[in-house]
Amino acid sequence: MTILYIVGGLLLAASAIADKKKTLKALKIALKKFLNIAPTFVMMLVLVSIVLYLVPQETVVKHLGGPKNALSSIGIAGILGSIAMFPGFIAFPLCGILRDSGVPWSVIAAFSTSLMLVGIVTFPVEKQYLGAKTALIRNIISFFIAIIISFVIAILYGEIF
Amino acid sequence: MKKKLNLLLFGLYTVFIIISLFLSFQPGKEIGKNFISFALTMLKVLPAAFIIIGLFEVWIKKETIEKHLGNKSSIKAYFWVILLASTTVGGMYVAFPVAAVLYRKGARLAVIFAYLTASAVFRIPMAIFEASFLGLKFTLIRFAVALPLIVISSEILGYIIKKSADKNKLFADESI
Repeated sequence: MTILYIVGGLLLAASAIADKKKTLKALKIALKKFLNIAPTFVMMLVLVSIVLYLVPQETVVKHLGGPKNALSSIGIAGILGSIAMFPGFIAFPLCGILRDSGVPWSVIAAFSTSLMLVGIVTFPVEKQYLGAKTALIRNIISFFIAIIISFVIAILYGEIF
Repeated sequence: MKKKLNLLLFGLYTVFIIISLFLSFQPGKEIGKNFISFALTMLKVLPAAFIIIGLFEVWIKKETIEKHLGNKSSIKAYFWVILLASTTVGGMYVAFPVAAVLYRKGARLAVIFAYLTASAVFRIPMAIFEASFLGLKFTLIRFAVALPLIVISSEILGYIIKKSADKNKLFADESI
């Protein structure tokens, strides 16, 4: 997180030196985007704060993690991600919360990647553009991409092997 | 309407938490504690993330990238199409119409599929968010693994579709 502020600060300084007007515009865009998404954020936090009380962390971690069921966890997370549909602005903070509750990195990767890549809910739209068969193959390939990514994450973070 | 409903729900939630505090109602206190701790974590990250996103929108021009897409060379086309994908705002609902435009402008099938997949993985504002909440290492690994997979799978998909009758169904509806 410190890196984030260092990078942000450096970029902001560079931008301000190069063009004050543009920088001001960038800050306005930042504020506007933040205010636009803020209500959705608050509602997500309300929901998550209740759900995580009702479903204790141990239960979440038991089903979505732990070294014993790494394989099934990745599978479940991949399927959940394929079905669910919410914007990354909500998804990644949620992943952060899950991560802090002890859900493994590989499971987070399977969920977030399939969430972005595979769209069961958006399939009717995709079909309109690509035709059913192409859309279907694209989604199946995407699901496997998500699984492969999460395995690499699992290996590099020392969660399996 | 939805706004009002959200406001009402949030109001009820706040009242519930406050009453729980006064009555020492344990579940309510726990839920309130969850909310505060999650909100604080987010407020620490969000300002920096949104400032970087704002700077990105101001400084990167999409037109430059689109101009380069006519490139005949595959590697160059991939480079620019992935760059274009990373600047896509608004998710798949924007990505499909853009892909349709690419198709009608004569881009290669594999390149178009790469655009669709890449726009789901490499969108810069999302990437900033991802790195903010899950760490730069996580994001970089995900990108490094996804890149070759996207190129390979797009080539395969392009190859399959080019030979099949389904090619005629691609972006067939001119109205969307």
